[in-house]
Amino acid sequence: MAALSETAAATDPGPFVRRDGDADAIELLVRGAKCAGCIAKIEGGVGALPGVSAARLNLSTGKLAVRFDADRLPPARITETVERLGYGAAPFDPSEALALEDEDGARLLRCLAVAGFAAANVMLLSISVWAGGEMNASTVALFHWISAAIALPAAAYAGRPFFESAWASLKARGANMDVPISLAVTLALGLSLYETVTGGLHAYFDAAVTLLFFLLIGRWLDHRLRARARSAARDLLALQAATATRVEPDGRILAIPARDVRPGDRLMLAAGDRAPVDAVVEEGVSEVDTSLATGETAPQPAAAGGEILSGSVNLTRRLIVRATARAEDSFLADLARLVEAGAQAKNRYVRLADRAARLYVPVVHTAAAATFLGWLVIGGEARPALINAIALLIITCPCALGLAAPAVQVVATGRLFARNVLVRAGDALERLAEVDHVVLDKTGTLTTGKLRLVNTHDLPDGALAIAAALTRASRHPLSRAVTAAAGPGPAAAEIEEEPGAGIAGVVDGAPARFGRARWLGLDDGGDDAQEAWLVVGARAPVRFAFADDPRPDAKAALARFADLGLTVEMMTGDREAPAAALARSLGVEVWRAGVSPKDKTERLDALAAEGRRVLMIGDGLNDAPALARAHASIAPGSAAEASQLAADMVLQGDALAPGAEAIVVARAARRRTLENFAFAALYNAIAAPLAAAGLVTPLIAAVAMSSSSLIVTLNALRLARGRAR
Amino acid sequence: MTALLLLIPAALFLGLMGLAAFFWSVRAGQYKDLDGAKHRILIEDDDRPL
Repeated sequence: MAALSETAAATDPGPFVRRDGDADAIELLVRGAKCAGCIAKIEGGVGALPGVSAARLNLSTGKLAVRFDADRLPPARITETVERLGYGAAPFDPSEALALEDEDGARLLRCLAVAGFAAANVMLLSISVWAGGEMNASTVALFHWISAAIALPAAAYAGRPFFESAWASLKARGANMDVPISLAVTLALGLSLYETVTGGLHAYFDAAVTLLFFLLIGRWLDHRLRARARSAARDLLALQAATATRVEPDGRILAIPARDVRPGDRLMLAAGDRAPVDAVVEEGVSEVDTSLATGETAPQPAAAGGEILSGSVNLTRRLIVRATARAEDSFLADLARLVEAGAQAKNRYVRLADRAARLYVPVVHTAAAATFLGWLVIGGEARPALINAIALLIITCPCALGLAAPAVQVVATGRLFARNVLVRAGDALERLAEVDHVVLDKTGTLTTGKLRLVNTHDLPDGALAIAAALTRASRHPLSRAVTAAAGPGPAAAEIEEEPGAGIAGVVDGAPARFGRARWLGLDDGGDDAQEAWLVVGARAPVRFAFADDPRPDAKAALARFADLGLTVEMMTGDREAPAAALARSLGVEVWRAGVSPKDKTERLDALAAEGRRVLMIGDGLNDAPALARAHASIAPGSAAEASQLAADMVLQGDALAPGAEAIVVARAARRRTLENFAFAALYNAIAAPLAAAGLVTPLIAAVAMSSSSLIVTLNALRLARGRAR
Repeated sequence: MTALLLLIPAALFLGLMGLAAFFWSVRAGQYKDLDGAKHRILIEDDDRPL
């Protein structure tokens, strides 16, 4: 199935140019750029165009920002140039592009820097206080005052992400992990300030800022994972910023953004264009490829009065159509809404760390309150009771918990990236670790999605060359397969393509026709989607057979899924016969054919109701709602953009087997996270009673907290060195 | 001990300089394209393919 970018690039980016200062500016989403060579090629190629003053490619987000002079250079030349260099390019809606500034990430980085600065300097002072045997009381007091002067403003600045989140959670009558963190930091600083003012011996300034520093590292790692998922979602919105070609009442032709199309507008669809909205054909006869919308591989005829769903691609001849719906009421938008609904259902998934927090928060607060009351009753004095309760809060502060999950996720994501699996959603690995059932799409997932000429060697001499001369100008899937098998060569003269029938032309002076059996006057009852005939002059007709091959490692990947204890099921929108044939050859026992996008999600819901955790693997637009709905989902790299964006993970490359590898890594990551939580629980089980007994000094608190964070991080790193399988 | 009165302010001043430099680099957008930065060092300015 074709990716959306193929046609998005063919659209005129004109409507998305915006005025920026004294130049025109446009943002393009570039696909396929990976290395230094790509940057140099794209920036160099676009920069060399006349009128371009600056071109800058951001490799992390895939955005190419170009400043140019629209009077000297039509913007379509820029997308053409990027395309010619071998990359996909799609215009980006300026309103979306402006929202790209990653303000949260920059803020976390600044907080991290301030906390790091404070932690290093306060620790320097604290170590001399702990070690300083000969230090007199006035020097200790001086060091405490300097520490206070550094730690208090630093914590006020760097602690804001936690304070704000804790406050929001309390206002919503809940308690997340940030509540005990904020409480511990605030109380530690308050107590230390009190000790400093009254000339006490112990101050916890170092513990408070070190705690913030470690937690901010975890928070920033987590933010980077989430930001990647968010930017992918924005790309989906931007890609819907396709253009339409409107035929004005006075006959002029105008490129407009697809969202400005009104019902009743007359639109022109050239061969190769994707219908931006649902429409009815007014003039012209052609064929449309509905494979992205319905999963059906055979092209459908289109003639005056026929309906065309948005997302279908016009294959053969130019059509004039009348829009029947706005972009947001069209079939594509319906799909997008189904995707959104599925994604929302998934948002209700509670991450492991949050589940741990729900257990953790009440236990710690109860223990601190019990410590305070216990010391008050036994000792009868408020000050030691308060100090010990605060010490308990500081030492049990979920530093290890805050690092445990993000550290494992970052390491696991990096390991999968090296194995060609791109993890898009932050909690995807946790969900993937739980799956016990896998549903695969057929066309483009288990198969390569491209028809291939299978009887090349049985054809009489010269037949392929003659057929290719006819098919080179055609976009029909069967024609493309013939052209691909024959390679480059000359095209026939007087080519005439009859939609839904075939191609006629003159090759080497002889009339030749290539197409359906019925159109050529032959009747063999074969499948029009899988065969075509060539008739040259009075010679005997030659049969061309086609097939959509399974992916080379499809069988191995299915075996691997079964090894991992998953039930395998195939679900396709294609017809029964090809589905049955493939299921038989791959040994898939459970399969369904002729399934609509809505049926797919309903089947997933039914499986979920049975208590199954389903992994969906699919590539078509018709799979997108199911991908968003499933417990976890994977899209192959050849998938439609919208499907890649709806899926949790995207496989780069042609193999399916990394999908099974992802499950192995996800399960290992889950084990590692649980180990980290177990360690954090063990640490607290030892440290909390010590703190409650009043045995914890600031030195012990600092050492215990730092070492527990280090151990948790090292345990996460162990995942990177895991076995290949 | 009088050395401390000189050394502590000096250490804090240097630390603050580093912090200020980091703030500047965040504002200048140096963390916006971490993947691109590592590849860009391999591009020569006068090396214009195509």
